[in-house]
Amino acid sequence: MTPTRAAFAAILAKDLRAELRTLQSLPAMALFSVTTFVIFRFGLDRTSLSGSLAAGVLWATLLFAAVLGINRLFVAEREEGGFDAIRLAPIDRSVLFGAKVAALVIYLAALELVAVPIFAVFFLDGAGGLGPLIAVLLLADLGLAATGTLISSMAVNSRARDLLVPLVLLPLVVPLMIAATGATEPLLALGGPSYHRFGTWLMVLGLYDLIFGLVGYAVFDFLLED
Amino acid sequence: MYGKGLKPLSITTVAMLALSLSLVFFYAPLDGDQGFIQKIFYLHVPLAMTALVGFIVGGLFAIAHLRTDNRKWDAYSYVSIHISVIFGVAVLITGAIWAKASWGHWWVWNEPTLVSFLIVFLMYATYYPFRYAIEDRDRQARYASVFAITAGAFVPLNFMAVRMAQSLVHPRVFATSNGGLPGEMLVVFLCCLVAMALLWVTLVKFELTAKSASGQVKRLRRALDAPAAGGGSRIAPEVS
Repeated sequence: MTPTRAAFAAILAKDLRAELRTLQSLPAMALFSVTTFVIFRFGLDRTSLSGSLAAGVLWATLLFAAVLGINRLFVAEREEGGFDAIRLAPIDRSVLFGAKVAALVIYLAALELVAVPIFAVFFLDGAGGLGPLIAVLLLADLGLAATGTLISSMAVNSRARDLLVPLVLLPLVVPLMIAATGATEPLLALGGPSYHRFGTWLMVLGLYDLIFGLVGYAVFDFLLED
Repeated sequence: MYGKGLKPLSITTVAMLALSLSLVFFYAPLDGDQGFIQKIFYLHVPLAMTALVGFIVGGLFAIAHLRTDNRKWDAYSYVSIHISVIFGVAVLITGAIWAKASWGHWWVWNEPTLVSFLIVFLMYATYYPFRYAIEDRDRQARYASVFAITAGAFVPLNFMAVRMAQSLVHPRVFATSNGGLPGEMLVVFLCCLVAMALLWVTLVKFELTAKSASGQVKRLRRALDAPAAGGGSRIAPEVS
């Protein structure tokens, strides 16, 4: 194993172990999304959802739940001196970016594993669209994790850290949300899933992941300098 | 040092603006469909194009800052984005006026260019609280550059995504390729575009000059051991 891969695996394992032991983010994210579904049920006054309304409720909820996790992503690094340790270690600093993106993708996937079935039970008439939805969820998670990690690593070193993540992240993920809801809408349509422009939206999601993955990888070095 | 050439530049800008506006009102033909209100097009579109290019230029300056570690480029990047955000306010206001006059509503969601612009504007509006929240000046400059680069990459992607989200193609008055414009209108439009770009450059130069002058005053005061008069802006980068 190359040193870079070893460092990547070590940081990722550390993050996952810390989350498993403290359960700081994931239960809160899951609980938040279920409560938000309940609020949407009354806010929209609908007991079943389909098409664009279903896609909107699902993605708005997942996005705001994700913000909770993104807010806490680097808190341990800052409070326990993890940033200094990474700076001291003889490794490429972009490894931290990669490992944090991977950790966040895993958190988001775990969140969706809970939230999406509950969403389906609460609001959907059939589960036919949920299979292809996995592709949309994974691609969107990747983009959300890339931008989220980038913003979170900066916000944690500021005075207004809890404020900065939602403030800066939300406009940044608007294109991602357009593509994700665009792909999800026909999948959850009334009367069975259809695949209208499904491939196109997946390509947009992929492009977003690629661009912000590369941007994050390129600039992350500068965020750790001191 | 930033003030050099400011006077001729300002005079050229004012002359160009005056020329463009007189062309708009006295030379450009009245639009057959929309009449007089269409003339706001000569203000709205050049403003929008200049602001967008300004955002991208701010991102390029930010790249220069990260590569060379010279704080001058951070100031350039900050001022570029700052002036473009001000232009952005004007774009949204003129856009709303035009929408009200030609479609009857202050805001239309099915005009992708205007909606994209709003999202880009909201993105860059967070630049100020973002900068403000970071205290250490070196770190602030670096983080602001990272923001400017990320947001610069976001601009084209956002335009693409919003355009694709249109379910039906709206009749587009704001043709991005100028193919739809008759010759005389095109000449006037290009004239306005140059005038707006000049205005942007002039304002950026003015802002940089003012910042560098106040920085110099501060340094001189410090040399004289005199207390600094008032506090400078805490957000804006200092220019040497």
